[in-house]
Amino acid sequence: MRKKTWKEIPIGGLIDKAGSAKEYKTGEWRTFKPIRDEKKCINCLICWVYCPDSSILAKDGKMAGFDYEHCKGCGICASVCPVKCIKMVKEEKEK
Amino acid sequence: MYKDGKRRKGKMSKYIAIAGDQAAAEAMRQIEPDVVAAYPITPQTEIVMTFSQFVADGKVKTEMIPVESEHSAMSACVGSAAAGVRTMTATSANGLAFMWEIVYIAASTRLPIVMPVVNRALSAPINIHCDHSDTMGARDSGWLQIYSENAQEAYENIILAVKIAENENILLPIMVCQDGFITSHAVEKVEIFDDKKVKDFIGEYKPRQPLLDVDNPVTYGPLDLQDYYFEHKRQQSETIKNSLKVIPEVIAEFNKTFNRKCDLVEEYKLNDAEIAIVVLSSTAGTVKVAVDKLRERGIKAGLLMPRFFRPFPAARIVRSLRGKKAVCVLDRAESFSGHGGPLFNETRSAMYNQEDAPIIKNGIYGLGGRDIFVEDIERVFVDLINIAKTGKVKSLVDYIGVRQ
Repeated sequence: MRKKTWKEIPIGGLIDKAGSAKEYKTGEWRTFKPIRDEKKCINCLICWVYCPDSSILAKDGKMAGFDYEHCKGCGICASVCPVKCIKMVKEEKEK
Repeated sequence: MYKDGKRRKGKMSKYIAIAGDQAAAEAMRQIEPDVVAAYPITPQTEIVMTFSQFVADGKVKTEMIPVESEHSAMSACVGSAAAGVRTMTATSANGLAFMWEIVYIAASTRLPIVMPVVNRALSAPINIHCDHSDTMGARDSGWLQIYSENAQEAYENIILAVKIAENENILLPIMVCQDGFITSHAVEKVEIFDDKKVKDFIGEYKPRQPLLDVDNPVTYGPLDLQDYYFEHKRQQSETIKNSLKVIPEVIAEFNKTFNRKCDLVEEYKLNDAEIAIVVLSSTAGTVKVAVDKLRERGIKAGLLMPRFFRPFPAARIVRSLRGKKAVCVLDRAESFSGHGGPLFNETRSAMYNQEDAPIIKNGIYGLGGRDIFVEDIERVFVDLINIAKTGKVKSLVDYIGVRQ
């Protein structure tokens, strides 16, 4: 998302639109990105329990990937995974 | 008033004998803000006391919030101004210090709160008398600051401040300063404008983005991190810079309405002066007397009194001081930089690299209410005469009136 200049934003730090928090993609903060090896994953969903940002997606009782728009890359999922199927890989940042 | 008790169309002013605090309260009565949240502190007490009486007597419809501290006073003002109503408070010294956190929030949130500040020394040691250490400490808070020479100016500046603060191109809070006890408690003849004329001048308050406008919801005070905080600060600096263009327009309207000659700065016999003093607030009156005495002896002395310190009217000051031989800036505050007071440093910085800049030195005076006399000012001028003659400054920063 292109960041606005000082001439384009409301004064006083005001937010002049309701419900705009959903546009805020905290995933942009990430330095390391979790990558899962699907073959190794046993779908225990311990990562889902531990994720502090509700960024583990689960469907039909199975691990279904990551919400990269909100995952901040803390690495807790990789740390708690009993079969070590999640790797933290350095993000390639867009310039 | 006429015999039938009615005012005629001429919209008369009246002259009354009141002290600076009461003059400030009179201005507040005429402005009749929707909300006043204030805590009494010497020497501002009479403002809150007098205004509370107006509220109790039903002379104003203001919602008066007698808060338990200054931190709460400014917090309530922020809430009230954000909600969308005209809001005022008043304070002094330690009260202002106690507000500190919220003082910055009021400015950065762009809330046009008007606050008379009766200048008083900050502790320690505890002292209730005048110096400018309280508001000078708040000079980087983002508030505008007007300094008043006497009760008349304190009264007028508050009315002017409302109009400036609420201007759509400014929207910033303003401190209207007057000297503690010297101005706040000394009775003077003050011209009080016609109530209706004041109300017409300030007009109805139309908030820009009120919190209570449920059809257009806004969020006040959200988290603002590395990605946008700097942009918001950049906006604030631009607004302050731009206010130097907007304020003279508001002043012109004020002058026309009330038949006044206000300006960003006041000059006294400065035009042909060779030596000059720059000073804020009540001491300007003392300097005027000294200037007159020196002029009688054929010495070309003059005075520059910045009425506005925020925004800092640098260009106007340069215009006023250019071509003078020697200037002494008098500060009623110590900035503890080891290099002079705040008014001195900003004035000298404004003159740097300017053509025909005078030699500029600093005098720190009057801390904790120490009196300054005409003779003290005359000695400053004598020093300036020698500097003008020799081009040499013996000491850059003098402490005037302290026992050596």
